[in-house]
Amino acid sequence: MIPPMLKYLIKQLFTKPFTNLFPANRVPNDTSAFLAKGKITPPIPVAENYRGKLSYEHDKCIGCYSCIRVCPANVIKAVTDKDGKRKIKMDVSKCTFCGQCIDVCPVKCLHSTPEFLLADYDKKSKNLTLE
Amino acid sequence: MSEFTLPVGPVHPAFKEPIQFKFKIEGEKIKSVDIDMGYNHRGIERAGMKRNPVQIIYLSERICGICSFSHPFSFSRAVENAVGIEVPERAHYIRTIIAELERLHSHLLWAGVAAHEIGFDTVLYLVWKNREKVMDICESITGNRVHYGVMMIGGVRRDLTEEHCQKLSKAMEYYNETLTAIEDVFLNEKTIKMRTQGIGILSKKDALALSAVGPTVRASGVPKDVRVDQPYAAYADMDVKPIVPEKANGDIFDRVWCRLVEVRQSIQIIDFCLQNIPKGDTLAEKNIVKLLADLSQAEGEGIGRHEAPRGECTHYVVLNKQPNPFTWKARAPTYNNVLPWVPMFKDAEIADIPIISASIDPCIACADRVTIVENNKTKTLNKIDLHKKSIEKSKRLKKCQ
Repeated sequence: MIPPMLKYLIKQLFTKPFTNLFPANRVPNDTSAFLAKGKITPPIPVAENYRGKLSYEHDKCIGCYSCIRVCPANVIKAVTDKDGKRKIKMDVSKCTFCGQCIDVCPVKCLHSTPEFLLADYDKKSKNLTLE
Repeated sequence: MSEFTLPVGPVHPAFKEPIQFKFKIEGEKIKSVDIDMGYNHRGIERAGMKRNPVQIIYLSERICGICSFSHPFSFSRAVENAVGIEVPERAHYIRTIIAELERLHSHLLWAGVAAHEIGFDTVLYLVWKNREKVMDICESITGNRVHYGVMMIGGVRRDLTEEHCQKLSKAMEYYNETLTAIEDVFLNEKTIKMRTQGIGILSKKDALALSAVGPTVRASGVPKDVRVDQPYAAYADMDVKPIVPEKANGDIFDRVWCRLVEVRQSIQIIDFCLQNIPKGDTLAEKNIVKLLADLSQAEGEGIGRHEAPRGECTHYVVLNKQPNPFTWKARAPTYNNVLPWVPMFKDAEIADIPIISASIDPCIACADRVTIVENNKTKTLNKIDLHKKSIEKSKRLKKCQ
């Protein structure tokens, strides 16, 4: 009798690999130029409702600080900007991407973007700070 | 023959998470086992008591990566129970669908791990390839593959659209087909039968005496399932039956069978929910700021139970008119399934240690709440220290009254 697994193993030999290669246009700046010369894997679209890096509209914010009360990771800090207005400052490296601040914002000044590659050498770099 | 002690763990390639077993062996046979836990304590409950209930939802997701819907589900039910919040009907159905999707991917993950533990890695890849589909579905519905973040006290944060329903029913068709292959391999393959039949036996008597939960106890012939015993969410509307093998031996093969049949059952439940999902709101209180204000005025205690993929998950919450809950206690299913390991290991061979330890689907990160860790130092308490702690607690409790 043929073992059941052998059937699926032979079938698998003639199918395409299931794994998607890392999309070349997502790699850090310094290596993408190098990779562009070679074969580029097309990126897989991220899901429609994907919760990626947050974006913050500084001018729209009214400084109600509701987001500070609901943030589970204490990412959001209350600050005063140059004009003396109440604004927020976010440390994205600590963010858990739950999106609760987006839901609670009364003026919708916070959004989530499909950006997911946030690796950096400096935790406090410009890319990882929103203000 | 003389006896030897064989320590396995805390960090060992056979286990996914840190736990230590001290086996008393005589030749190749295991005579007894001592289980040492506490290597993964993170103090989540203490951290939770310094946060408000909305923040705890996301913290409770992080108790376990695989049960990342079960813990917030139980916690939300506990708070709803304490305050008396009525969850809308549609939210009940969406919660049920996501809970069953979680069971589906958790059991498939376990099936892969079990195959890996007996050294059959081709099955691991076959199963995990099929598991990807349910992860993608979870991502498109909730926004994340693992930590879904859809639970909210009094409902769910995201609604199911028509597109999601179509995707879900297509995925369920896909799983109905691919499960046939997985069942074929697991139930007919000679290698798997040899390594699982008659090994790691947990008798019905032991299972009841040691209060095992989940598929571990059901495989021993005890029909115990929170979805049936105390129906909640949308489970009350449908006919869910606990999966118990006809002639239960309580060995690993029965546990494999139980989980595979439960995957089929999950598909049926999701199909039922998709057909009967009512229209309406998904949240009892849409304004989170108002919800937090209401909760900070609430008083009472509540319990939330949910049949997680590994067994019953219970959360207990006490609110006393403060922004943060006074007490939060989480009991993960693995906590109940630790002691049943002792009869399972008795008279087993050393080579069966990995598959027996994996057969209860352990999640040590969930269960560990034992050792006290302060500033990265592990501290063992003597009698005087414990007495001091006891006095402190009495004072703390008196203050809050």
